[in-house]
Parts: sequence; C-alpha cells; structure tokens
Amino acid sequence: MNNKSRGPLVHIVKRGNIPWYKSWLIRGASIVIALIVCAVVTTLLTGENPIQIYATMFKGAFGTPRKIWILLQNLSLLLCISLALTPAFKMRFWNIGGEGQVLIGGLATAACMILLGDKIPNWALIIIMVIAAMVAGAVWGGIPAFFKAKWNTNETLFTLMMNYVAIQLVAFFVIVWEVPKGAGKIGIINQSTMAGWLPQIGNYKYLLNIIIVALITIGMYVYLNYSKHGYEISVVGESERTARYVGIKVERVIVRTMLLSGALCGVAGLLLVGGTDHTITTTIAGGRGYTAIMVAWLANFNPFIMIFASLLLVFLSRGSAEISTIFGLNHSFADILTGIILFFIIGSEFFVKYKLSFRKSAKKEAK
Amino acid sequence: MFDFVSFIPRAVVQSVPLLFGSTGETLTEKSGNLNLGIPGIMYVGGICGVIGAFFYEQSLPSPDAINGFLAVMIPLLSCLIGSLLMGLLYCFLTVSLRANQNVTGLAMTTFGVGFGNFFGGSLIKLTASDVPSIALSNTSSFFSKSLPFADKLGWFGKIFLSYGFLAYLSIAIAFIAAYVLKKTRVGLHLRAVGESPETADAAGINVNRYKYVATCTGSMIAGLGGLYYVMDYACGVWSNDAFGDRGWLAIALVIFTIWRPNWGVLSSLLFGGLYILYLFIPTGMNLCIKELYKMLPYVVTIIVLVITSMRNKREDQPPASLGLAYFREER
Repeated sequence: MNNKSRGPLVHIVKRGNIPWYKSWLIRGASIVIALIVCAVVTTLLTGENPIQIYATMFKGAFGTPRKIWILLQNLSLLLCISLALTPAFKMRFWNIGGEGQVLIGGLATAACMILLGDKIPNWALIIIMVIAAMVAGAVWGGIPAFFKAKWNTNETLFTLMMNYVAIQLVAFFVIVWEVPKGAGKIGIINQSTMAGWLPQIGNYKYLLNIIIVALITIGMYVYLNYSKHGYEISVVGESERTARYVGIKVERVIVRTMLLSGALCGVAGLLLVGGTDHTITTTIAGGRGYTAIMVAWLANFNPFIMIFASLLLVFLSRGSAEISTIFGLNHSFADILTGIILFFIIGSEFFVKYKLSFRKSAKKEAK
Repeated sequence: MFDFVSFIPRAVVQSVPLLFGSTGETLTEKSGNLNLGIPGIMYVGGICGVIGAFFYEQSLPSPDAINGFLAVMIPLLSCLIGSLLMGLLYCFLTVSLRANQNVTGLAMTTFGVGFGNFFGGSLIKLTASDVPSIALSNTSSFFSKSLPFADKLGWFGKIFLSYGFLAYLSIAIAFIAAYVLKKTRVGLHLRAVGESPETADAAGINVNRYKYVATCTGSMIAGLGGLYYVMDYACGVWSNDAFGDRGWLAIALVIFTIWRPNWGVLSSLLFGGLYILYLFIPTGMNLCIKELYKMLPYVVTIIVLVITSMRNKREDQPPASLGLAYFREER
C-alpha cells in the first residue's frame, strides 16, 4: 500500500533540441545494430561467417566497374523518385503513388517512342518524350491532389489505387503494342534505329541519367530551402491552419506541389524507359515507388542525405542479390534484409525525439 | 447467358482472403492505426502456415499417416503466431515508439512479402529435403474439405456449400467483429480510442492496450486470409508473388465498406467478382480489353473514396485519429 505513490518505472520525455551530431550518432548506431542483426540472420540461413557475408555483399555491389555502374544507375533512379516524393511528404501529403506515376511517365515515353519513332527527327522526339512523360506523371499525381484539396479525400489510399490503375493501363498497352503478336511483351523498342533513346555520353551508358539526377538533387535542395514555394510547402506541412492564417492558398499549394512531384516521377519513368531499359513492362518500376518513400523519410527530407539513404538500400539489394545467387537462395532475401534495417532505423527515430528517464530509486527521493 | 453458377463460387473464393484482410484492417483502423503492412502480414500468415504444414508433412512416415486434426491445427496455429508477431512488431514501432505509421507499414510490407517469397522459394533448399516443390496437397485437402452432401444439392450446393471451413469462418469473423464494434462496451472503447485517444484516455481507457490488442487481433485475422489463399484456393502450392495485390485490395475494401465489417461480406464478394470478371466477359480475340477490366476494383474504390469524401457524412468518415500516434503529454 505504501508504494502507491510510486511513479512508473520508465518515463518518456520529449527532447527539446538535440545537437545534430547526437541525432546522427543514434541513427548511425541503429544502422550498425541492424547490420549486425542482418549478419546473424544471414549466418543462420547460409552457415557462412558474417564477415565473409559482408565481403561477398561488397563484391556483389562494387566488385567490377560494371557492377559499380549498375549500382550508380539504380542509385540515381531510386534517388530521383525519392526526390520527386519529397516535396509532397514535406507537405504531409502521403503520396504512395510514386510507382504509378513512374509507370505512367514510362508509358508516355514508350508511346512516343513507338508512335513517333522515325517519323520526326530524333531531337524533336526526345523533347516530346520529356514533355509527355512529365505531363503524364503530373496528371497522375494531380488527380489525387485535386480531390484532396477540394474534398479532403484520403490521399494515401487514392494514390495507392492509382498505382494499380497505372499498372493495368500499362498491361493493356503492352498487349496493344506487343512485338511479335502474342508474345505478351514489347521487347526493346526501336532496337535498330535507336530512335528516342536518350543520348549516351562517351562510352558510359548510364552517365546521362546520373548527371540528370544529380542536377535534380541540387535543384530540389534549392527549391525546398531557398524558394518561396519551398517555404509555403513547409508551412502547410507544419500546420495547415497557420498556412491559411498567413494567407497561403493551401489548395493551390497542394495541387501545385503534387503536379511537381508527379512530373518528377514522370522523369524517372523517362529515364527508365528512354535511358536504360528501352522497353516497358508492368514491373519496370520494380517497387522503387515504395522504397523511395522510405528513402525520403529516412533522410528526413534532406536531398543530400537521401543520396546516402538510397546508397544504403541499393547496396543492400545488390549485395544480397549476390548472396542469394551464390547460395542458391531466393532473391527476395534482399527484401528481408531491407526490412530489418528499416525497422531499426524507424525505431531509432523514437530515441532521437524522446528520451527515457528511469525512475530514481525511492530512497533517494525520500531524502 | 452469363454463367452465375460457375461465376459465384469463383467470386467467393476470391473474396475470402479479401474479407479476412479487410475485417482485420477495419479492427486495426478503428483503433487509429492505419496498418499498411497488411499485404505483408498476409504473406507472412500464408508462408507460416506453409512452413508449419511442410514440417508436419515431412515428419510423417508416409502421406497416409496424416492426422486430420493436426493437419489443420498446425498450419492454423503457425499462421496465427506468424501474423501475431508481425502485428506486435507493428504495434511496438508505432504505438510504443510512436513511429510514422505509413513508413512502418510499408517497411512491414516489404519485409513480409520478401519473407514469404524467400521462404517459399528457399524452404526446400534450407531444409535439404528431397521433394521437388512445395505441394502440400494432403494438408490442403483438409482445408478445402466441403460438406459431404454439397455435391448432391445441385446449384444450391455449389453456390453455398462448396467451400472449405475457412470461408465460413471469414464470414463468421466479419459478423462477430461488426457485433463487437457496434454493440459491446469493448467496441465502444475501441472506437473511442480511434476517434479521440485523448478523450478515451481521460475516460480511463488504456489507449495503448486497446491499440495493441486491436492491431494484433487484426493482424491475426488478416493472416488467415493468406492461409486460406495457399491452403484452399491454391491447393497447398506456394508460388512466389501469386498472392499478388490482394492485400492492398483488402485495404481498399475497408474504405469501400466505410469501416463496417458486416458490409464487408457482400462487398468482398463484389470485389472478388470484379477481380475475376474479366474471365467471364466474352471479348473474343481482343485480349487487351481484359486488362482494362482488371482495373475495375481499383477504379470502383477510387470512386467510393471520392464519393464518401464529397458527401462528408459524419458516420461515413474514417476514425478521426487514423494514422496518428498518441502521446499523452503532447497537445
């Protein structure tokens, strides 16, 4: 009975400002712990020692110049989509439709390549492709934004459904354009003429993509931090009421930001179809639309930190693909490792925001 | 003439996983947790059932020695445990650690789908057994066993009685969930937690406990959807990614039913029907039109989403605190 006044064992306190190095220390520690857990899991499944496993993963990701290029190419695409989603997330608009917006951008690109290839000069075709991809992505992102702004329709589920509509639309056009008839796939578009293929810089197949994405990264950083639009986005994200009070037209900001977000996703689709794959399938985005959400969130919406976040995820997927090939395991192994790492990083945010204060012993308090 | 006698049973078997998923997700969302990990949880539920059944079948001296009770209970329990663990993980991250629910849910889906595909594809290799593929037809036959006299009743038996026990369980669970939510004190408290955790807390309801229990129960129900899919619909054969996007459809169904599990019974049937409608519509040689028909469930969901938000009726809205973490000391 005399213990009744005792407080709880652990008390959670919200932290005020935490120095940036401390917060990154916490996040870094969580990644290290996550990597250790991943190593243990891999060891249990393959029976190899953990150091050996990470050596294999490194070799799989960075082993040869070709592998490094593929890594950089995957990195740039993931980064591009993450950057595209960032302004929307900063506004607290949960755009889960990255996948669909990328697909529809890719579909628009492919449509231009197939329908206009060889009919107009290549430079004109590429300009039309860029515009078409951006417009298609913007429309796909703009529709949910319009309904959100007008009637406050739940955007998470709306954008999610738009993904599947986009997938089926692509499936439809794949059958319309299939080569040869009945193959169920399009194959490489304009293989002989290379019409509509994005130009290659020197001998480096993926260099153009990487440069474009690097420019987008810088542009997005400036846009979010130094422009009026960026400021409006963060005000709307922090508090819609404040935004209304200071005279920001919230509806317009929502639609405008989503148009931008969708257009950039469309660019990612353009890079995928026009720049690297030169074909379109329903799985061409490969779940990057979802992974990108986590990249953007992990990096706290900072474009430069996103580079490292996407590097981590791409490294994991490339590295674990190598492991699964060597040990004859299923390629989904990468998803398991990614999941584990994400859980740890997600969990670590708690310790950045809050601190635990343990109950002082009763004797001390009595004195 | 549209062939209803063969259409309805096929729509029903499609609808059962959706119904499990949406009932589970409705319970979860009523507690204020938007669990986007449901697709992953359904994969985990399915594969855990497969793993359980696989080990059970492997441990038998001969396929004939199979015990009906164990053959059902072992996969069922391992499925429930697997999805419970996923639910606990989600709760720990979002309720105890107050993480962002969208990101956590997506991470769970990545993990869960990967988990399912990985073990589905590597189980044989990992256990070094000598079977060519995971085909649990023996276990499956117990799951898909329908009433013995179903065949004799003609079209009636085919439409109403030709399903395995999990199909009936899904309907029962949906009605029970609807009853609990609407008519009991526990349901009232749960809805209070989802609408306004501050008020619920002030009224002396343990918010975190309600969130934990509702989300974990929801995950377990959703996990059964995965189990039904592998064991009954797919006849015990696991193939990677076969479960597809049904998890997301289940989440869409929650909106479609405007958070009422009893409506889910008919709506899931409608969704199941829309899902396979393309198989029954005569399109002749024009295969591509079928792809457009597959769009229907998603388009219908979008329309419902827009209409409910336009009508803005108070009882049709999502739980007010959906997607938000609750921290008592925050205002």
